[in-house]
Amino acid sequence: MSTLSTDTASLSNPVTDGPLLVVKDLCTYFKTDRGLVRAVDGVSLTLERGKTLGVVGESGSGKTVLSRSIMGLLPKRDVERSGSVQFEGVELVGADNSLMVQYWGDQMAMVFQDPMTSLNPVMRVGKQITEGLRQHLDISKDHANKTARSLLSSVGIPEPERRLRQYPHELSGGMRQRVMIAIALACGPKLLFADEPTTALDVTVQAQILDLLQTQQRDRYMAMILVTHDLGVVAGRTDEIAVMYAGKIVEKAPTKVLFTSLRHPYTEALLSSIPKIADPSHTRLKTIGGRPPNLINPPTGCSFSPRCAYAQDKCRVDEPPLSAPDADGHQFSCWFPIELSAKQTAEVR
Amino acid sequence: MRNPLPDHGEELIHIMHDDEARSDVPADSATQYLAAVSAGTVKAKRKGLPVGAWIAIGWMTILILAAILAPVLPIPDPINDANPLKAAQGPTLNHIFGLDGNGRDVFSRIIWGARNSLFIAIAAVFSGLLLGGALGLISGYFKGRIGGVLGALTDILLAFPQLVLALAVVSFLGRTVFNVTMALAIVSIPILARITRASALSWSERDFVTAARAQGAGHVRTMTREVLPNVLPAMLSISLLGVAVVIVAEASLSLVGAGVKPDVTTWGNVIFSGQPYLRNSPTMVLLPSMVIFFTVYSLNYLGDVLRATFDVRESAL
Repeated sequence: MSTLSTDTASLSNPVTDGPLLVVKDLCTYFKTDRGLVRAVDGVSLTLERGKTLGVVGESGSGKTVLSRSIMGLLPKRDVERSGSVQFEGVELVGADNSLMVQYWGDQMAMVFQDPMTSLNPVMRVGKQITEGLRQHLDISKDHANKTARSLLSSVGIPEPERRLRQYPHELSGGMRQRVMIAIALACGPKLLFADEPTTALDVTVQAQILDLLQTQQRDRYMAMILVTHDLGVVAGRTDEIAVMYAGKIVEKAPTKVLFTSLRHPYTEALLSSIPKIADPSHTRLKTIGGRPPNLINPPTGCSFSPRCAYAQDKCRVDEPPLSAPDADGHQFSCWFPIELSAKQTAEVR
Repeated sequence: MRNPLPDHGEELIHIMHDDEARSDVPADSATQYLAAVSAGTVKAKRKGLPVGAWIAIGWMTILILAAILAPVLPIPDPINDANPLKAAQGPTLNHIFGLDGNGRDVFSRIIWGARNSLFIAIAAVFSGLLLGGALGLISGYFKGRIGGVLGALTDILLAFPQLVLALAVVSFLGRTVFNVTMALAIVSIPILARITRASALSWSERDFVTAARAQGAGHVRTMTREVLPNVLPAMLSISLLGVAVVIVAEASLSLVGAGVKPDVTTWGNVIFSGQPYLRNSPTMVLLPSMVIFFTVYSLNYLGDVLRATFDVRESAL
C-alpha cells in the first residue's frame, strides 16, 4: 500500500528514465456464476523501452486477458483487478477513465487478433485512422489526412489515397490487419500490444505482418508485447519470452537463453509439439495430453502437474514459486526443472 | 494397413494430372459462371429491391404527396363543403368515394385525413425515436448500473396497457393534435428503446468498439460514432413499423372517442363519422379503412425490406 501512495504522488510527472512498464503481481479475476475465474494470477514483468516481450501460452492460459488487463481495457463490471501496472512510473491500476483515455492510443495501443471484426464496418478506413490522430494530437483535418496516407503507405498498403476512402469490407484480411496496425501506430505509442495479430490470417500473410510489426517497432523505438500461442512466431522477433500457463508466468528468459536452456517442462512440451521439418513424414505429432486446468478450481500444487511427464508427489501438493532470475535473467517455476543434460537428450533446438 | 498413404497419394496425383489433361472437357455451368465473373465478362448481379417494395414505395409516395399538396389540390374542403341534401350518398362520378353523413366528400376527407394522421404518426414516432433511441443506446452501451436502471424504466413503461395510457393522457390534457401526438410518442418510447437497446447491446460487444476505446475514444464518442451508426438500421426499420402501429392507434383513439376533436380531419375521425351509416353505406367506413390497411401494410413491408437489406450487408462482412 505504501508504494501505491507514492505512485499517486508521481501521477503528474511521469518518470522517463526508468523502465517503460513495470507490472507487479497483477491479478485479474472474473466473477462468474460458477465461481471466480483466475484468468491472470500474480503476473510480474518489466519492459524496457524499445524492447519486445513475447507472451506465449496455449488457449485459455490468460495471455490475452493479461494484455488487456495491463492496458486496462477490460470491462469494470464483474472483473477484479489488483496488483500494480506502472507505465513510466504512473500507476494505471485503479486509474479513472479520464486518465486512461489520455494513455490509450497516444501512449499505448493495441493490434487486435481478428481484423475482420476490429474495424467499424460503417466507417471509412481513413476516418478510422484520423479519429485517434485528431483527438490526441490536435491537428487539422488536412494534416490528419496526410498523416493517414503516409501511415498507410508505411504499413505497405498500395494506393493509400484510394484505400482511405474505402470501407473495411472492401479490403482483404491482411490488408485490414495492416490498417489496424496503421491505426495503432498513428499517434506514435511507446508501447504496442499485438494480441495474436496473425492468428486470423493466411500463413503467407502471417510472416509479412510480423515482419511489418518488427520493422515498425525498431524504426520507432517502440516497446512491444507480442502475444501468441506459437513459439515459432516469437523465436526470432523478441528480446524476452514469458511462457504463461493457467494465468501465471511459468518461465521467463531472454529469447536466446530460453531456446538454449529451457527449464520448465511446459515450455519443453510446447516446443516439442511443433512439427519439425527434419522429422520423417507421417511422424505422429507430439501433443500435450489433457487439457488446460479449470481456472475456477485450479489443481493443488503446480497447475501443470496433471499433464507433466516429470511430475512427482511434491508437485501435486506444493505450488512452486517463480525463481529469482539467475545470471542470464532466467526465471522458472518448477520443483524439478529440466537439467541441461536432460534437455540435450530431449533434443530441443 | 501399415502404410497405405503412398499408394493413395500416387493415385491422387494421377487423378489430378488427368483433370489437368482434360481441360478441353466442357465445365459445368457453375464453373463457367464463376470463370466469367472472375474474368469480368459477367457482372455479379446486384440484388435490387423486390417488386412489392416498389409498389409500397409508390403507394407511400402518392399518399405523402397528396397529404402535402392537399391545400392546393382541386378537392372540396373536408369540413365546410357540406351538402346535407346528399348525405351518406354512395360513390358517384363527382364524388368517387361518396359523401359522408354530413354530405362531405369522403375522398377529400381521406386526403386531408392523411395530412393529419401521417403528421401525428411521424411526429410521434420521431420524438419517440429520439427519446427511446437515446434511452436504448445508453442502456445498451453501459451495461452496468445505468443500463439496469434505464432498462427497468423501459420495462415499466412497457408494462402499462398502451391504449389505456394514451387514453388517460388525452383525456386529462384534452383532445388536441399536440396532446394526441404526445400520448402516442409516450407509448412508442419503450418499444423503440427496447429494440435500440437490444441492438446496441450486441454491437457494443464487438471488437471494433474495444479497438476504438483502445485508441482513446471516450464513452460519448464511442457510443455515437461506433455503436450508433450500426444500430441505426434496426432503429429505422422498427420506426417504419412504429409509424404503421401509431396510425392504427390514432384511429383507435378516435373510435373510442378519445382522439383528436372531430373538427380536425384525421383517418380515425373519418371512420368514426361513418360508423352510424355502416349498414346502409358501408363504403364510408370501408374506403378509409382500406387506405389505412394499404398504408400500414406498405410500411410494415418496407420495414422488413429495410431490415433484410441491412442484414445482407452485415452477413457480407
